[in-house]
Amino acid sequence: MIKLLEAQGICKHFGGLQALTDVSLSINKGEIYGLIGPNGAGKTTFFNVLSGAYTPDAGEFVFAGSQLPYGEAHKIVERGIARTFQNIRLFRELTALENVMVGHHTRSHAGLFGILFQRKQVREEERLVTERAYELLKYVGIERFANTVSKNLSYGDQRRLEIARALATEPQLLALDEPAAGMNATETTHLRSLIETIRHDGVTVLLIEHDVKLVMGLCDRVAVLDFGKKLVEDVPAVVQRSAAVIEAYLGGAHAA
Amino acid sequence: METLLQQIINGLVVGSMYALVALGYTMVYGILGLINFAHGDILMIGALVALQAITFAQHTWPHLGALPTLAFGLVVAVPVSMLMGYVIERAAYRRLRNAPRLAPLITAIGVSFLLQTIAMIVWGRNYYSFPQLISTTPLQPVKGVYIAPVQIVILIVSAVLMAALIVLVNKTRIGRAMRATAENHRIASLMGVDANAIISLTFVIGSGLAAIAGVMIASNYGIAHSTMGTLPGLKAFTAAVLGGIGNLGGAMLGGILLGLVESIGAGYIEQFSFGFFNSSYQDIFAFVILGVVLVFRPTGLLGERVADRA
Repeated sequence: MIKLLEAQGICKHFGGLQALTDVSLSINKGEIYGLIGPNGAGKTTFFNVLSGAYTPDAGEFVFAGSQLPYGEAHKIVERGIARTFQNIRLFRELTALENVMVGHHTRSHAGLFGILFQRKQVREEERLVTERAYELLKYVGIERFANTVSKNLSYGDQRRLEIARALATEPQLLALDEPAAGMNATETTHLRSLIETIRHDGVTVLLIEHDVKLVMGLCDRVAVLDFGKKLVEDVPAVVQRSAAVIEAYLGGAHAA
Repeated sequence: METLLQQIINGLVVGSMYALVALGYTMVYGILGLINFAHGDILMIGALVALQAITFAQHTWPHLGALPTLAFGLVVAVPVSMLMGYVIERAAYRRLRNAPRLAPLITAIGVSFLLQTIAMIVWGRNYYSFPQLISTTPLQPVKGVYIAPVQIVILIVSAVLMAALIVLVNKTRIGRAMRATAENHRIASLMGVDANAIISLTFVIGSGLAAIAGVMIASNYGIAHSTMGTLPGLKAFTAAVLGGIGNLGGAMLGGILLGLVESIGAGYIEQFSFGFFNSSYQDIFAFVILGVVLVFRPTGLLGERVADRA
């Protein structure tokens, strides 16, 4: 197993709230890794620290063999980590296609001077990026809305668009923050097969999810966070039987 | 009838210069929510640096010819102004990005004074005559209606620059990144856009346009001095608000409309006030419009995004 991402002793607090305490975990290349835990356990904070939205108080991430930079989100994307958001954060005024093309920004190069003088490479690159964006929309199944302004898309389609936009950054690790939230059963089934396809196409997936059935069915390994601490990290079958996890989810009385 | 046609031509010329400056205000507002009150002074720096470069060229290469000399002036002035825009954002505004809104606004006014003072130290308080390298001798395409070659050049250059900006913003990689950053610079950087670089670029482009507008204004009126940026700056700001600040098309429309209202107003004010006001009162139109827009349509003619956000 090749380790793709290793979190080492990540700590993060907000004022008096210790959101993450010494969280260490490691994600192998090619797996679907689930991160679960009750509300407020620190899952989204972990995502925010990983993606560079927050700087950790202590600890570091080693990604594909070298340390990730702090605080500069776009450099982390450049290194190959892309994410989606629990509450959708699309560029609302841009079309679906343009949203995906923004995702491609870090993998394309056209600068101001090239654009002003309309160099041949620039036009060629623009054509390729457009083509690739269409392919990604098709990949997540919303190519018919390519020219729709994204705020006018349905909720489920907005979630798919976020995944397409994240994939446009050509990530090695795709971090999905509650992708099934608010979805109905059919949409969740589609999402599940989409995530499997993404993994099949060589992208490692980190998944935060409340839908325990989805996580247990889909993930190769699962870590459980509670009150900012990691309780367990193992294959789903073991995690499901773990006394600590049952206690965290159902309360101490039940376990006792 | 000739008066009206004449004032429409004058209005379009003045309006297209306002529009170029207004674009700088609106791009910065769109991306940072900041009114960059130093923008008018960038225009002044552009004009004075161009004057310096043109004077140098006229002494060093006396046989260069009028157009190459003007081009040399622009080639020096535009990058200097761009650099200035970059430095101002970097040094003054960036560290205030998360401060309450009033702080960067007051800083912008401070930067405006700073630039004027620097200009006064370097160039003094004199009014310089700006060499009119493109002829200002009016042509008469229709009887009784005049337009000078310099005005024709101003119209054409402004139109080309505005068209180029529209294409840049709507059809290119950089423009997409600018629009994404304008919507939410945190999300843009989480999607791999170097938001700081895009914000710098916005200042650089706006400052370049302002420098060109500065050279136009100086060429049109034949004069340049250290406070020449204040009034065009305020009027361009008015134009941006009129069109809907944050909206590129709005800045262009607002600039042209403001130029037209001002010139047509100036052409008829004497007649309609029975000689009480004369055309030197033309500046009141801009500010009356600003007042009216702020009262009745604070989001401007094309601006709906603000309401949409709230």
